[in-house]
Amino acid sequence: MSPLLEAVDLHRHYSVRTGGGLFAGKAVLRAVDGVSFRIRAGQTLGLVGESGCGKSTTGKLALGLIPPSSGEMRYDGERMPAAGSPAWRALRRRLQMVYQDPLGALDRRLPIGTQIAEPLVIHGIGAVSERRDRALSIMESVGLQRHQFGRYPHELSGGQRQRVVLARALITEPRLLVCDEPISALDVSIQAQVVNLLLDLQERLGIAYLFISHDLRIVRQVSHDVAVMYLGRIVERGDAENVFARPAHPYTRALVSAIPTVGDKRERILLGGDPPSPANVPPGCSFHTRCPFATAQCRSEIPTLQPQDDGREVACHRVRETALRLVA
Amino acid sequence: MALNDTTLSAPTPALGLRKAWRRLRSVPPLVTLCIAWLVLMIVTALAANLLAPYSITAFDLKARLAPTLLLGGKLAHPLGTDELGRDVLSRLIVSIRMSLLIAFFGTLISTALGTTLGFLAAHFRGKVEQLVLIAIDFQASMPFMIIALSVLAFFGNSLLLFVALMGFNSWERYARITRGLTLAANEQGYASAVRQLGAGPARIYGLHILPNIASTLIVSMTLTFPEIILLESGLSFLGLGVQPPLTSLGNMVGYGREYITRAPWIMLAPAAVIVMTTFSISLLGDWLRDRLDPTLR
Repeated sequence: MSPLLEAVDLHRHYSVRTGGGLFAGKAVLRAVDGVSFRIRAGQTLGLVGESGCGKSTTGKLALGLIPPSSGEMRYDGERMPAAGSPAWRALRRRLQMVYQDPLGALDRRLPIGTQIAEPLVIHGIGAVSERRDRALSIMESVGLQRHQFGRYPHELSGGQRQRVVLARALITEPRLLVCDEPISALDVSIQAQVVNLLLDLQERLGIAYLFISHDLRIVRQVSHDVAVMYLGRIVERGDAENVFARPAHPYTRALVSAIPTVGDKRERILLGGDPPSPANVPPGCSFHTRCPFATAQCRSEIPTLQPQDDGREVACHRVRETALRLVA
Repeated sequence: MALNDTTLSAPTPALGLRKAWRRLRSVPPLVTLCIAWLVLMIVTALAANLLAPYSITAFDLKARLAPTLLLGGKLAHPLGTDELGRDVLSRLIVSIRMSLLIAFFGTLISTALGTTLGFLAAHFRGKVEQLVLIAIDFQASMPFMIIALSVLAFFGNSLLLFVALMGFNSWERYARITRGLTLAANEQGYASAVRQLGAGPARIYGLHILPNIASTLIVSMTLTFPEIILLESGLSFLGLGVQPPLTSLGNMVGYGREYITRAPWIMLAPAAVIVMTTFSISLLGDWLRDRLDPTLR
């Protein structure tokens, strides 16, 4: 089966100035540096990594909001049209986004009902009289009350606002939702509601998700596959259960060990230092500056994603040695 | 927007009136006074021909420099007459119309121009944005009085040119506000969200960004309006604005200054109107800024 969305060797580079002033040098910031992934219909790909590793840029690339510097995005086997072109705009019916800050993503001056029905108006779907009913029914399916149709965004709670954003995204019956940190701005109790809602919608409507988050527990709960990013590259990719239960890459291992659990006796792997600047990526494996297993090879050769026995892919020169040591 | 109407159950008329009354009572008294003054000015401007007792060019040579009623004048000329015996009240009424007309269209032109340029800059970025920014800096760094003086000196004076010139006053403020707010909205927020929904530029700018930044623009308009009245007064005072036989508030002040010791009423009446009107509009703008914030409602 061909994937719904496919990223082929995506790069997104920004030229930045180093330092201030008139004579500042220029550097290339590699926000996304050779990322490939596939999302199948009705499946969820979780994208995890620390702040500034290129997760959100990857999300924007996935939607075609920004053009890649090289590589390409394919939707249903076809190359993503340029942002703003009529073909791209038409494709918005199928590709939607859920935002981290629902209040910021909503127009404060319009009642939520109008905003939920807006995609129908934009894409000319349905008769004018029909749109209101469709908006009401989608509101009910995301757990909003019918009488809230005329409310304004600032009159709703955070969880309700995120439901409004979801309803607006779902009304055109999209096939893929890019969720960029959809729950990190919400209370813990509301986080669970929204996650359950997302799972429920996937089951009922068969929507695929690209789920971007730094919250590993949530990612583990919602994802079928997971990709771990570090400094613009995917370092480990595979079945979510596998990756979280037996992380292979040293970075993934450090991340997974940081998930707090009850009665945990496991050893925490503490990474020293900060991640290097994406404008000045170290040569070789970009993780070698913080990796306890780094060797001379790691400092000179960039590791590529290599398939492992259980189907996952890991970009690490020493994955076999370190895995053995972990077992022993 | 049909969706909107059907959701709100229509309030009964009596309830609507009571609501309107409650709203009216929540307006501070000073603002009420300002609004009343502005309404008076607008009515005067609209009905100038009906209200003015004399023609603005009608001489009454026997009653030259007649004082106002307050200083013991006659009822025939309640605000006195000028050096040619023209009725000050009639001239004032017609002047109010002229000055408001210039200020109104000037403000409208500068708002439209500035907002459009701001949208263009924020939409196209790159070269277009640089160009607009250069124009903004040029406009902001040059006292507009000097620009206005040189344009009027080179191109002569006609009412149309004068109004258009007033429209170029302070457009850069709107361009800056619009560009800044649009960039912010495009970068992260409702505008980028609507774009991601597949909306075209007309919908994004016309239906989403413009209503959102309108409150800022309206408040800015209440600053521009008195500015233009003052600018027009200044230029007319210097003899470069509205030319006789037409009359405007500034024009009246300008020609009245020669008689300031013998007949101060000629320039005091228009000067008072200028002060009151600009003050009212500024105060109203200040109050509107608070009222138009949707989260404060």
